[in-house]
Amino acid sequence: MAGSLEFERPIAELRRKVEELRALERTSGIALGDEIARLEARIADLNEQVYSDLTPWQRVQVARQAGRPTTLEYIQGICSEFIELHGDRNFRDDPAIVGGIGLLDGLPVTFIGHQKGRDTKENIRRNFGMAHPEGYRKALRLMRQAEKFHRPVVLFIDTAGAYPGATAEERGQSEAIAANLRAMAGLRTPTISVVTGEGGSGGALGLGVTDRIFVLEYAWYSVIAPESAASILWKDSSQAQRAAASMRITAPDLVELGIADGIIPEPKGGAQKDKDLAISAVRDKLVETLAELADLPIAELLQARYDKYRDMGIYTER
Amino acid sequence: MLKDIFNKKRHYATIAQPPRRQERRPAATADQIPEGLFNKCPTCGALLMSKELQKHAHTCPSCGHHFPVGAQVRIELTLDAGSFVEEDAGVTSVNPLAFPEYEAKLAKAQQATALLEGAVTGCGTIGGFQARIGVMDPRFIMGSMGSAVGEKLTRAMERACAERVPLVLFTASGGARMQEGVLSLMQMAKTSVALERMHEAGVLFVTVITHPTTGGVSASFASLGDIILAEPGAMFGFAGRRVIEQTIRQTLPDDFQTAEFVLKHGMIDKVVHRMDLRDTLTSILRMHAAGGVESGR
Repeated sequence: MAGSLEFERPIAELRRKVEELRALERTSGIALGDEIARLEARIADLNEQVYSDLTPWQRVQVARQAGRPTTLEYIQGICSEFIELHGDRNFRDDPAIVGGIGLLDGLPVTFIGHQKGRDTKENIRRNFGMAHPEGYRKALRLMRQAEKFHRPVVLFIDTAGAYPGATAEERGQSEAIAANLRAMAGLRTPTISVVTGEGGSGGALGLGVTDRIFVLEYAWYSVIAPESAASILWKDSSQAQRAAASMRITAPDLVELGIADGIIPEPKGGAQKDKDLAISAVRDKLVETLAELADLPIAELLQARYDKYRDMGIYTER
Repeated sequence: MLKDIFNKKRHYATIAQPPRRQERRPAATADQIPEGLFNKCPTCGALLMSKELQKHAHTCPSCGHHFPVGAQVRIELTLDAGSFVEEDAGVTSVNPLAFPEYEAKLAKAQQATALLEGAVTGCGTIGGFQARIGVMDPRFIMGSMGSAVGEKLTRAMERACAERVPLVLFTASGGARMQEGVLSLMQMAKTSVALERMHEAGVLFVTVITHPTTGGVSASFASLGDIILAEPGAMFGFAGRRVIEQTIRQTLPDDFQTAEFVLKHGMIDKVVHRMDLRDTLTSILRMHAAGGVESGR
């Protein structure tokens, strides 16, 4: 089956058999219901078995699956109304980061996120969700605007990393990300980030210094993509599995390490298997969290944000 | 024959070598830091006596190449003699992710540098002016930032903020320390929230970019200085050269991401030779200490 991952092949194989039997039932008139039911039960078992015990590397593959909801799909699915806003007012509009204002449960919210394409053509236009400095500067402009009008900010993180190209360097990729980190630390409005797929390094963090961080069940978030870590550490990108297993990049790891505040469950097999279900789970979590944050006085919110990041890291003192 | 003589003569004639193109600098390693009696300049090939190097603040007197220096030497070169008081020297890394081979790497770095961790912090005076100081050591696992480095720098920022004393930070880093995964990534956020407080409090933050400053360090505090200085030839950028060349499938110019290049592109304030750094920092601190106009408050 096209688009299925290696560990999903036995399931895809059974699905194909069920389809064949159904077709046979239709054309021959032979009742095959029992056989079909038996196979479907087997599929359900196998689904349970495969997805309840994914390795970190398999999770990375699920997080990268084509067909997962993109940032714009989440926003449009979540909001009753949404206007996309463009441009950093300095250089250009970066299609790899999108943003705008939407109504979430009656509340105006500024949404920002990395935008991957839904097909190759769109992916090329959106640079596979790898932003240039102007993308981060557009995000900053929209965050300042949100602050001005006391609108909460919701950020969707889904990038392999910030674009590592010559033009990005010339225009100050480092400065753009750094400026966002500091600005987000002091933004005088509630902020929530959701890692929906890939959380790759500084490019992800550039949209991720927030009061709450949620991670989708199969998303990953780390200092570097497993392939790149393997290539740097062991000069061998095929060691990505080993790197993924060593770096504690999965949703449960992130909660355990005190980085993420919670996991948003995905439909069995990943958000791409049932987009609506995935989107509504994200919506519920946002509505609940916004209600919680909206009640806090801004000074308390900023202090809590400071304390949260202040405590990150594990070291010792001799 | 007469002609042959001329030819032969030409053969012996020495012509001044055209100035060498600045060689791409290899990443800093411990063995590059001059220790023996003689050191060879990797840029111009000059043989330099150790004493001569020391006299020139570990730069090559003939071509200006800046040799990497460790934290201890940097402090000697920068602060007024005897003024440095180290703080938080006991903060060091653990292996929070149980990452393979990390302890061995740490032990090796500690042995090579006589430091517990990749950054040294404390306070002292520069040209008579009080300053808080932080120095990242390029020899310590590539100057990478893990939880311990993040904690030390954050404490330095918090103290600077509380005492309203300027913070001068020398950066040198391959980026976030991979062996600590997302925890090292979050040190970028942790230092940035501390810098936001310093920024709000109006406390001066000066960064001095030394070779190389890249990745997560470049994309956080190194780029957040009120004033950003850099040593000549220091590499300062987000992504590594090899990664960029693979991404764009083009060879980059030799000076790409050098201090001179990023100065031209507006990313830093000034390129300063190491021999002039103390004076430049003193001048900045002096003007800063003179305060501003009352109406601006």
